[in-house]
Amino acid sequence: MPVAEGLTYFDKVWNDHIVSDLGHNTCLLHVDRHFLHELSGAMSFKGLSEKGHKVRNAELTFATVDHVVDTVPGRSDLTQIPNGTEFIRGLRQGCRQYGVPLYDLGDDRQGIVHVISPELGLALPGTTLVCGDSHTCTVGGVGTIGFGVGSTDGEVALTSQCVILTKPRNMRVNFDGALPSGVYPKDLILYLIGQVSAKAGVGFAVEFAGEALRSMSIEGRLSICNMAVEMSARTGFIAPDSVTYEYLNGKPFAPQGALWDRAVAYWDSLRSDEAARFDEEISIDCSRISPQVTWGTSPEHVINIDNRVPGEADDATADDRADIRKAFAYTRLQPGMPLEGLAIDGAFIGSCTNSRFSDLEVAASILRGRKVAPHIQAICTPGSMAVKRRAEAAGIADIFKAAGFEWREPGCSLCMSGGAGGESFVPGARIISSTNRNFEHRQGKGVISHLASPATVAWSAVEGKIADVRKLVQ
Amino acid sequence: MDRFVKIKEVAAPLLQSNIDTDAIIPGNQLMRVSHSGFGGGLFANWRYRTETNGERAENPDFILNQAPYKQAKILLAGPNFACGSSRETAVWALRDWGFVCIIAPSFGDIFYANCFKNRVLPIMLDFAAVKAIAGQVEDSNGEGRVTVDLEHCLVTAPDGRQFAFSINDYFRNVLLQGLDPVSAVLQYETAISEFQEADRMRRPWVYPDAETAQKIEESVP
Ligand code: SF4
Repeated sequence: MPVAEGLTYFDKVWNDHIVSDLGHNTCLLHVDRHFLHELSGAMSFKGLSEKGHKVRNAELTFATVDHVVDTVPGRSDLTQIPNGTEFIRGLRQGCRQYGVPLYDLGDDRQGIVHVISPELGLALPGTTLVCGDSHTCTVGGVGTIGFGVGSTDGEVALTSQCVILTKPRNMRVNFDGALPSGVYPKDLILYLIGQVSAKAGVGFAVEFAGEALRSMSIEGRLSICNMAVEMSARTGFIAPDSVTYEYLNGKPFAPQGALWDRAVAYWDSLRSDEAARFDEEISIDCSRISPQVTWGTSPEHVINIDNRVPGEADDATADDRADIRKAFAYTRLQPGMPLEGLAIDGAFIGSCTNSRFSDLEVAASILRGRKVAPHIQAICTPGSMAVKRRAEAAGIADIFKAAGFEWREPGCSLCMSGGAGGESFVPGARIISSTNRNFEHRQGKGVISHLASPATVAWSAVEGKIADVRKLVQ
Repeated sequence: MDRFVKIKEVAAPLLQSNIDTDAIIPGNQLMRVSHSGFGGGLFANWRYRTETNGERAENPDFILNQAPYKQAKILLAGPNFACGSSRETAVWALRDWGFVCIIAPSFGDIFYANCFKNRVLPIMLDFAAVKAIAGQVEDSNGEGRVTVDLEHCLVTAPDGRQFAFSINDYFRNVLLQGLDPVSAVLQYETAISEFQEADRMRRPWVYPDAETAQKIEESVP
């Protein structure tokens, strides 16, 4: 056991949630908040009812619809994804049967689960939040320890308000220096994954720290933590500070009055001790980062926009070379070629990574008075009803529409629906996307996704090709 | 659930890095509210190809479509196998197809945890060892059997070479005893109640007060 004065934030949160130590570094851990969505939630409810178990703490369990629902205006329970309705109705039925609150279609609070949980103040610092979705780590942006789980663990959490987990090791990533103009939180996390690989985080809880984060908005922090799972971390988070408190204070489910002060004092006490030791520590100099764009089929396949994709002669192991060749075969690129200037067919701004107000605001500042290039299919799905309403009130929606973007309803949409046979880009399209996964066929049959920041996506949509947003900013 | 003790089976090598769960079971293969019957969708984008008449046909170049790998129960995989999406369908698809054990240098954490809930054994061996076993399997055109012994934590390659693996004992027991993951937590009910009672004093803001509870209640459909 580590000595008491040398604990990390993660150690402290972990310790405060141990219900039972099962030995072998494995614990029964309390779940403060459990979020369900229709894709895994319907599965968990089905398992629960088949086995005749009950929901233990319905008041700590919340649900919304995001993964399977359509995002076209006028949507209903019927979905473009074949058989999606069964999931939506299965979730709703389970919520009704077990008394779980649901932010359903038509509700002002509906949205992508990882967008609405901080927005509602359901994700709080020092708490654990579990959801049947790998990007649950997003909530680390407000200091919540989020764990993505499978639907059986969802059943476990429903029945016991706990999960059984092996304690991850501690990693700290320090983002030093300031971000150059045209470079956004998304670029930071993509750059990190490119540096350390998509598997560097396996078995780790990653604390993101450093100067660059202290001045960063909560929405930027959420984008960074969102992609902790793309370096395969078990979870990722940023310790709360005054920016966090300012963001959360007054949110619907955040504590109020004297309880707020007590909570803040507790949250402050969770900060990693000076003497805390991390199993791994990495430092990144942010001042040297350029806008990032992926070229392959893993988030680690990423380069500075002004660089070239790996060439044949680059020093890589035989295994890496085989993987790279396979990625090129899918993305139809040649070794050593530049990405800048590559023609695209589509652009997408949305997903739990980059669909918050500030993401749309940055994109709108680029789209204002401009139009997307002819033949570009450009789509924006705000992350939540709250984001959508706010963007509409601020005139941002009008800018998107005038520029030729479709303005959709909140949901995961083209982040996952394309792969599931629903809303999709045309087969084989090359698109630029503010999402988090450039996996094969994720955004439609044969669709090639280049991941980038919302600013890079917006500017590339205007140019009709992958473009360096710094040339606009300058 | 069945217990997992020892098997001697055909092993199929698929050694690429970072095979994600979208590749294991693509989105369009998981749209059924069910816990089984996903074997047909396993690796669908690699396993099948579309014929000129639009029909789906097996891709003969994909290893799982070739004898004797069609009978494989062990998968030999590359680093970070099953990273990405938390979809438990990835485990169900592998299991429904016939796999009971995956040997890889590392796994996506969520997939790794999901395996133990579904009687699938994930084993971590370093990449050199996985490649050595795969090499022998390939040299025997897939005929050489691989033995996995969970009791003694040993993998035996076709030529008899043995590789010891380590595995968390808690989860090893889950498989050895065939525990049901959901029922297994019910025995902790007293500990959970005690935890929550003390925690309500320590962190009262985590638990909704009467007013908040009312607000929550109103959102129940
Ligand atoms: S937006 Fe995409 S990555 Fe995020 S939760 Fe939805 S499907 Fe998953």
